Amino acid sequence: MNALNLINPTIKDLKTLKVRDLISLTSTVYVLRDMAHKKLLQEKVFPLNLKGKIIYYAGPTPKKKGQASGALGPTTSSRMDKFCNEFIKKTGIIAIIGKGPRSKEVNNYITGKAVYFAALGGLGALGGSSVKNSKIILYPELGPEAVYEVQLDNLPLIVAQDLKGNNIYGE
Amino acid sequence: MRVIKNSFITDTVAELCKKAAYNLPQDIIKSLKSAKNSETNLAKEIIKLTLENAKTASKGVYPLCQDTGTAVLFVEIGQQVQIAGSLEKALQDGIKKGFKENYLRKSIVSEPLFKRENTKTNTPAIIHYKIVTGDKLKINLMLKGGGAENKSQIKMFNPTASKEEIIDFILNVVKTAGASACPPFVVGIGLGGNFETAPLLAKQALLRNKPNKNLNYKKLEQEILTKINKTNIGPQGFGGKTTALKVFIEYAPCHIASLPCAVNICCHSSRHAEVIL
Repeated sequence: MNALNLINPTIKDLKTLKVRDLISLTSTVYVLRDMAHKKLLQEKVFPLNLKGKIIYYAGPTPKKKGQASGALGPTTSSRMDKFCNEFIKKTGIIAIIGKGPRSKEVNNYITGKAVYFAALGGLGALGGSSVKNSKIILYPELGPEAVYEVQLDNLPLIVAQDLKGNNIYGE
Repeated sequence: MRVIKNSFITDTVAELCKKAAYNLPQDIIKSLKSAKNSETNLAKEIIKLTLENAKTASKGVYPLCQDTGTAVLFVEIGQQVQIAGSLEKALQDGIKKGFKENYLRKSIVSEPLFKRENTKTNTPAIIHYKIVTGDKLKINLMLKGGGAENKSQIKMFNPTASKEEIIDFILNVVKTAGASACPPFVVGIGLGGNFETAPLLAKQALLRNKPNKNLNYKKLEQEILTKINKTNIGPQGFGGKTTALKVFIEYAPCHIASLPCAVNICCHSSRHAEVIL
């Protein structure tokens, strides 16, 4: 199977993707998980500009000296379901990377607004070696649950829900 | 009495952390290789990437998975062994050292509901002690990821429940776990005991790499594995023949009124390492 190369995609590029497509993503993404969602949505002024950006539900291992990133792979997306719609409304993100099925409310809400990519769960070594650069940009006190800005270089992903709302888990 | 120094135990546990976090057990690799041959399309591609991930991790730069887990230790202490210093401290220090030196993720928070502050050391580890005869100290470390652990379940059956009812429950747990728990799974099942021991048996089952010695339970393991692999959940939940790599059952005597059944789901990254001192 050949992966489609996707480099710094815009919403227009994402429209061409279909559910089950295997893609290789090169882009800046914003990594965050449970606690960062909770904190961000409690902020009076939203501290990040994520319009047109991609977020990734994950928490990496610490990086070694000189390394771009530690191991990096997806965490269970459904835990972020209760934050997702409000998060999209506040930010205008165009894609989410995670793993596993999501609630109907999320699937319906994101249709037409954002693509849902599944990263490969448990493949953190491959994920980490597909990172060119990473740094903590918010909530460093949360350790692995901080917000990271990560430059991905050819990370393999599967289109789990395309912009038309076709979903791999609901097939 | 045979004396074992606590510092030696600490260093040994730290080594086990490295071994478990960076090296997929050989029996799992073997199962993945045979799954690669039986799968097609996307499922085959995913198994190939899973094997590539194991190869990358074995070089010691990136751990197998970013969730390096809760550290669970099974410790068997021979009655003729004397530990110089505190055994508990030696084991916990070993986890601290192993997680720090090998750049593993610290995923433990101090309490579950109010503060949830990261302890920054991945301790406390969960330790199960057993006193046995002899003069050896056996330590088995499991690094258990949160995603699959969240999908584990227990059910207290009536003692007259049929084998089919038990299998239905297990299949339902596996289906509910689905894509979120990183299939293909290793499924640990604890049958019998009581409300606290059945899940412990299920967890211990995950440490095995051979089929059950008891023929009835061996057949049951095979039957459950075959049925799980007919669910078409497949690698990463995208469909396929490989939903579980292995099913292991541990069983124990139980009360006349009970038949507890616990199912502990483990992702393909079944990380554990053992040492006998």
